[in-house]
Amino acid sequence: MANWVLKGLRTGIKTTVYPRRMDEAPGVSPGRPGGVNLDSSTDAAALLERCPTGALKQQDRAVVIDQGRCVHCFRCHPEAGAPAAPWERGYEWGFRAEEARLAQQSLARAFGRSLHIRFVDAGACGACMSEARQLNNPYYNMHRLGFFMTPTPRNADVLLVAGPVSDAMRLPLRKTYDALPAPKRVVAIGACAIDGGVFGPSFAAAGGVGGIIPVDVAIPGCPPPPLAILHGLLLVVHRKPPSARLSHPPSTASAS
Amino acid sequence: MEGPGALPSIVELCGRLWAGGVTAKLDQARGICRIQCPPDLLPQLCEWLGSELSYTFATLLVEERSQKGWLLIYAFYGDAAPPWVHVAVELEAPSKTVPSISGLAHGPAADWHEREAEDLFGLIFEGHPRLGEFILHEDWPEGVNPMRQGFDASRPHQEREVDPDWDPATVVASSGAFAMPIGPVYADFGESAQFRLETVGEDVIRTIPRFFYKYRGVEKIAEGQTVDRVLLLAERFSGTAAFAHALGFCQAVETISGITVSARAQALRVIFAELERLRHHAATITGICNSTALAIATSQAAVIEEELLRLSCEVARHRYFFGIAQPGGVTCDLPDGARRHLDKKLGTLVQRLHELHDMLRYSSSFLDRLEEVGIVTKENAVTYGLVGPIARASGVPRDMRRLKPYAAYDAVNFAIPIELDCDGYARLRVFFAEAEQSSSIIRQLLSKLPEGPISVAPPAYRAGAAMAAIEAPSGAACHWLRLAENGTVARYHVTPPSFANWHGFHLAAENFAFQDFPIILASFGLSNAECDR
Repeated sequence: MANWVLKGLRTGIKTTVYPRRMDEAPGVSPGRPGGVNLDSSTDAAALLERCPTGALKQQDRAVVIDQGRCVHCFRCHPEAGAPAAPWERGYEWGFRAEEARLAQQSLARAFGRSLHIRFVDAGACGACMSEARQLNNPYYNMHRLGFFMTPTPRNADVLLVAGPVSDAMRLPLRKTYDALPAPKRVVAIGACAIDGGVFGPSFAAAGGVGGIIPVDVAIPGCPPPPLAILHGLLLVVHRKPPSARLSHPPSTASAS
Repeated sequence: MEGPGALPSIVELCGRLWAGGVTAKLDQARGICRIQCPPDLLPQLCEWLGSELSYTFATLLVEERSQKGWLLIYAFYGDAAPPWVHVAVELEAPSKTVPSISGLAHGPAADWHEREAEDLFGLIFEGHPRLGEFILHEDWPEGVNPMRQGFDASRPHQEREVDPDWDPATVVASSGAFAMPIGPVYADFGESAQFRLETVGEDVIRTIPRFFYKYRGVEKIAEGQTVDRVLLLAERFSGTAAFAHALGFCQAVETISGITVSARAQALRVIFAELERLRHHAATITGICNSTALAIATSQAAVIEEELLRLSCEVARHRYFFGIAQPGGVTCDLPDGARRHLDKKLGTLVQRLHELHDMLRYSSSFLDRLEEVGIVTKENAVTYGLVGPIARASGVPRDMRRLKPYAAYDAVNFAIPIELDCDGYARLRVFFAEAEQSSSIIRQLLSKLPEGPISVAPPAYRAGAAMAAIEAPSGAACHWLRLAENGTVARYHVTPPSFANWHGFHLAAENFAFQDFPIILASFGLSNAECDR
């Protein structure tokens, strides 16, 4: 076993600087489109045409992005040709789904330093789960922030849900939610969990977690990278401010 | 196995054996022998293909022809020439009955396919040993078949009580025997599926799995949609093998529409596909280390996995290759700088994987957990039609990249690693060896990437049907596609490798100690999202 210990020591520290500072390492996030003012409303309409999920909204010659619907298809990416949406780096994407409910019972004081998490796969493609799983790898190591996975819902404070909620997962999801003691929080990760993504709603999927159990924090992305999920968890305990669901063009940003 | 040429052609043989009853035609260009067969001769013909010619059942395609009846295509692949045999059976309306082939010597591979067709289309497979709830769980109303034409897929079928308690028949009858449920929600990060372990205490006698908790009806919601839209479904029904499945779909579209893909795009496709395989295998290795609670090895493997995810994002914009494949080529080029970076980084990552393998190889406590655990015999692997690394760890060298090379696979040298021990450790060795091969393939192509465009613009789609078979990270995947006159998708059927391999999972999960279950599970490295669709 000694050689394993040596190996571990030789590898050194890999842990990200986030949330103390922004982690700018290449490849931590695919980025996402930002709102843009185009030259004409014709250009804006042409850009909208390329979006397969209706994430882009047109306001005359401005294009606003509904990040909850964006699935990172890169069809509005500058490399796909003009007109294009500017690509934003970063990953602090989580937004509050139900402002009022969070304000009611603050989780911040009681749970700020220790949060236990239960994960439910409600029909996710595997990418969201893979990204959530990375939170335990040495790069993200969520334990250092007081976040732990718990083997039983009875000990959990937060329910992390991915997927559009396939039919057969409706009951397990509801049962798991009911088994969590109050106060509890639900975090929906990924476009599927927020709005059904590319799958729902349909005969086989509900089109998002919100239709089954109340959602507190939503983390957009397809999939949201590990740092985005970390931001969402920090948002639950008020250790980071939320982002907004809509990305407006720079000049109208105050409107959000 | 006999080489091509050593036998009279399959067309001649069909003529000799079933003069008049069965007609066979060779489609040289696509490497397919198409056989028309009446329903009553189907079992004989399939038995012959399996036993005499060593073909393996790959997939069953069902198409409903409005008013006229049904078309069923049983696809087989093998090392004889041609690589593919498509047996077509037509059912005149109102008949919905066809003899089952699951009971044949080589039939088990078709078992789940027939159950799926029964569940989703309402076809009857005469003589099948167990039909009934499969993809749609008990709560789904009897007699409603969602893949039928005319079924409205756009909204929830009806408000109903979801998923009553599942209580499968058990066979262990000794006193104190019980069935231990595991899932569908797990303590850690686990995909939704349920396993009932029939046990008498410490030892598990057998495992009864229940899948399709994640059925999202991908094939149904694809119908009537444009190619560009269905591409998103093909890519995202299994996010951890996104590029492979997007590529399968694109190749089917290209075959139908006669689109030629540039040499550069073909090479880039192989690079991205192999990078995905490498990442997938690194993730599986992480899972295996984690299942044995070897913490430092898990961390080491997880670091490599994360670095591969970051590398993918750097060279192809997205950590899981979303939005890269498109009919006619790829959307993302590899400029000089990216190629050099990829080459250098791969070198160090593979070196580190190699070091990890070396350390694991000499960790006896780790090997104890994997050796002689979760055995799938070669015979079982063949009859169940297992694919990919699982089959190769049981000595079955099936690989779609070799069977009929696609993209740029005929331009690279690579080995198909085989192990003969059939256990969890054999599978681990295959994952390591394949990861190394993937890296070698990428580096070969990086040094000789052809010049040219990365995509044809904009492709025109034709009506027609085709099947593309690709080697996804977990094994062979068949994408069967029919495009309608207006360029929309009329029928899309995916047979993912996890579907074939989950079917054989219970073979490995028999007569083992309780604590070995997570290890057997991890050593399969399968995806439920991919299986369930």
